[in-house]
Amino acid sequence: MLIDWNAFTPWASLAGGALIGAAATLLILFNGRIAGISGIVGGLLALKKGDMGWRLAFIGGLIAAPLIWQLFASLPAIRIDGSFLMVALAGLIVGIGTRYGSGCTSGHGVCGISRRSPRSVVATLLFMMMGFITVYVIRHVFQIAG
Amino acid sequence: MVNVIALVSGLIFGLGLILGGMANPAKVLAFLDLTGEWDPSLAFVMAGAIAVGSVAFALAGKLKKSYLGAPMSLPASRTIDKRLVLGALAFGIGWGIAGICPGPALVLLGAGSVKGVVFVAAMLLGMGVFEILERRRSNPEVQRKPIADRKAGEQIALQDH
Repeated sequence: MLIDWNAFTPWASLAGGALIGAAATLLILFNGRIAGISGIVGGLLALKKGDMGWRLAFIGGLIAAPLIWQLFASLPAIRIDGSFLMVALAGLIVGIGTRYGSGCTSGHGVCGISRRSPRSVVATLLFMMMGFITVYVIRHVFQIAG
Repeated sequence: MVNVIALVSGLIFGLGLILGGMANPAKVLAFLDLTGEWDPSLAFVMAGAIAVGSVAFALAGKLKKSYLGAPMSLPASRTIDKRLVLGALAFGIGWGIAGICPGPALVLLGAGSVKGVVFVAAMLLGMGVFEILERRRSNPEVQRKPIADRKAGEQIALQDH
């Protein structure tokens, strides 16, 4: 295993993680809700009256984050390697998978592990493992990109 | 007030993703590429988030209502079923293809990324397909039974986490 020391950002990532934890703290303690993005977005599609406002507000905050960031500093580099077709395929699978699996990196990986939910621990281990395998297959078996 | 908290929470969440480097799909893929030039940063994002989150959720577990008087929506299920396992495996494949999960996808929208827009549109389509399949699955059975005969589980089947 070779660590890319130039790309590795331990302190910024730890601080960014702490911010994500703080955001989840606000949402659970004040609103009684779990900061799981796939659940918050997916729940919108159920079109339940009285349950839309906070979801839209949270999503609005997420979308506004890069705009607010740019008032103070330039955004870090963003690079998406896959083709449009691959990105669309990935989005479709992520949409279906996160809803059947009841969560994603935030709902299971952050909130679920924080509250020691066995379902979330299992889900996180599984999607991490599958992520590792998928990247391995794409980059080192089929040798596409990277 | 609930909406203001949600807006601020979403904003802080997004700023955390950007600061942590997770709004950059190439950096996420560099974490998932164990046998390439590995960037362990994502593990530090998780560690930071879980360290703070563990305190919050320990506190939340003792609350009957939220600080604003809302009910505490904490998933109670502890069963590891086929849906959880297959869903998580599928999500992992999608995540590995593009290096994008739902949170960063929305940040990419705000950053003006065209591929971000494509990803979110496809993700919403996927979630919509799920929603329709769920309704087809639960409705015929639920509708045939009188309300009194319904089990609690059938009514909450559509609730998210």
